[in-house]
Amino acid sequence: MHTTQDLLQFIFSGLTSGAVYALIALGFCVVSNTMGIVNFVQVDFVSLGGMLMFSALFAAGLPMVPGLLLAVTGVALLAMLVERVGLRPARSDHHLVLIFLTVGLSIILRGVMKLIWGKNRMALPPLTPDEPISILGATVLPQALWLLLLTCVAIGLLTWFFYRTSLGLSMRAVASNPTAAAVVGIPPGRIRMTSYALAGALGGLAGVLVTPITTLSYDVGVLLGLKGFAAAILGGFGSFPGAILGGVGLGLLESLSAGYLSSAYKDVVAFVVLLLVLFIRPKGLLGRS
Amino acid sequence: MTAKEKILYFIYLHRTGLTVTGLTLALVLFPLFEDNPYTLGLTNLIAIYVIIVVGLNLFIGYAGQISLGHAAFFGLGAYGSAIATVTFGLPAWPAMAGVALLVALVALLVGVPTLRLSGHYLAMATLGGNIVVHTVMLQWDQVTGGPSGFPGIPFLSIGGFVFDDEVRLHYLLWSFALLALLLALNLVRSGVGRGLAALAGDETAAAALGVDTRRAKIKVFVLSAVFASIAGSLFAHCYSFISPDSFDIFASTDLAIMVVVGGMGSIWGSLIGAGLLTLLPEWIDVFENYKDLVHGLVLVLILMFLPRGLMTGLYEMIRNRWVLKGQKNAAS
Repeated sequence: MHTTQDLLQFIFSGLTSGAVYALIALGFCVVSNTMGIVNFVQVDFVSLGGMLMFSALFAAGLPMVPGLLLAVTGVALLAMLVERVGLRPARSDHHLVLIFLTVGLSIILRGVMKLIWGKNRMALPPLTPDEPISILGATVLPQALWLLLLTCVAIGLLTWFFYRTSLGLSMRAVASNPTAAAVVGIPPGRIRMTSYALAGALGGLAGVLVTPITTLSYDVGVLLGLKGFAAAILGGFGSFPGAILGGVGLGLLESLSAGYLSSAYKDVVAFVVLLLVLFIRPKGLLGRS
Repeated sequence: MTAKEKILYFIYLHRTGLTVTGLTLALVLFPLFEDNPYTLGLTNLIAIYVIIVVGLNLFIGYAGQISLGHAAFFGLGAYGSAIATVTFGLPAWPAMAGVALLVALVALLVGVPTLRLSGHYLAMATLGGNIVVHTVMLQWDQVTGGPSGFPGIPFLSIGGFVFDDEVRLHYLLWSFALLALLLALNLVRSGVGRGLAALAGDETAAAALGVDTRRAKIKVFVLSAVFASIAGSLFAHCYSFISPDSFDIFASTDLAIMVVVGGMGSIWGSLIGAGLLTLLPEWIDVFENYKDLVHGLVLVLILMFLPRGLMTGLYEMIRNRWVLKGQKNAAS
């Protein structure tokens, strides 16, 4: 019968959304490791990635690859600006105040996006023409394959950055012990700004890749971003392998429960499982306690 | 002591009682000066939010926890009252109490495992809980009416007196809000409240000093859930129509923002926070397209420059000015 085919189809769609959640979750983790806060602006980096791609393609008339690079760089630069102007001047180190500061900044960014690109839903073309490919009986969009591939590339680049470059090593030093990192002379401001740039690039990439599959609007990132946050928590907040595991896990959980249980309650299933995992492992799957 | 000093000392000694009396008087007289139903509708909404925010402030500001899911309890209270009175035809007041009791039970059952979590994990768990409750409200349309909402909830009444217009609702809602304020003001000055404040300062230190931190957290969580549930019931009976939109995660974040903007750990701040966040969209209506921008900007500026909240922040700013001026006068 169709059961294996169906299963394969669900697994593919789960992996696709899982990859997006993983990218966003990685963005949350990078900022959390250097600043210890949940950066809710991450949510808007996703929408912004899609929006910049849209403008690069249609307003500037760029081809796909330069457009993608421009969109991702653009979001990264804007993220640095957000950190410098929006968070650095804060007169408090209470994490709750900082978290709600990011919520406020996120409202501002959404307002700006609404002003520039309007409230309408837009369609972003996929990287390559949309001809479904059949793999073992399951139908897959080329965009989904691009998404998986580029996510792997991004993870590879991130690993290289964190283990092979001096800036990446300093960032890991700050994550493991901020005081000791300050003592050996690692500038905290530059590290925070870099972490925001990385978070922006990851969110922007997620936005560029996923909006051709969903649709593009100024608030498309909100739900995706929340799922990314959930994925980061599921894996263990701040852990990079955890973010990837959490993202893929959450994506699979969602598509399988949508396929076999109920599509209306797929979020309920996903979040109930998340809560149950947290009750057993209060620091997530791979989190250090 | 001169007579002036005596009076000042008396005012200082009884500042809380005097403020409560003053506020009560102002609220009793308010409808005599302001009879615009729209304005009264807004202040009534503030009263409803004050009830939730006071409870939430005990949880966030005093116990030092975080909740991004209190709109779920607000919604459970509202839908509980709606279903009890319309679907089952129960009388409104006992239904409100019963629903509050049920919500307390739910909060207890959810709270015991959830409050083992801390920080970002707790934020996510409460957020997730809210998404679950909100999705059920949307999808279970035979019971809740789904996305189109739940209409026809009866007004509250005492004897033959029906609370059906803004002025009557003003007195009803603000009585509840003042009650919640008084309860919270007394609670934070009791042993339990001091224990909670210690918990917010440092959990380990509080435990070492003999505060049963686990129990204290759960107790204040249940209390804040009950406050939210009662506010929800009042909301349902006041508007006679509810829809899931009022109880989503954005409502929850708004509630938490009210706590932070008003000032964490400041009961009076809850009043300011709820008031500001409810009125802000009205005040900035003139900006039209730039509304979201201004809304975000106001929040960001408050959190950036008055991180301890409007109430505490402004109070300290004024006091510092005053003291500095006194020193300058003494020096010259």
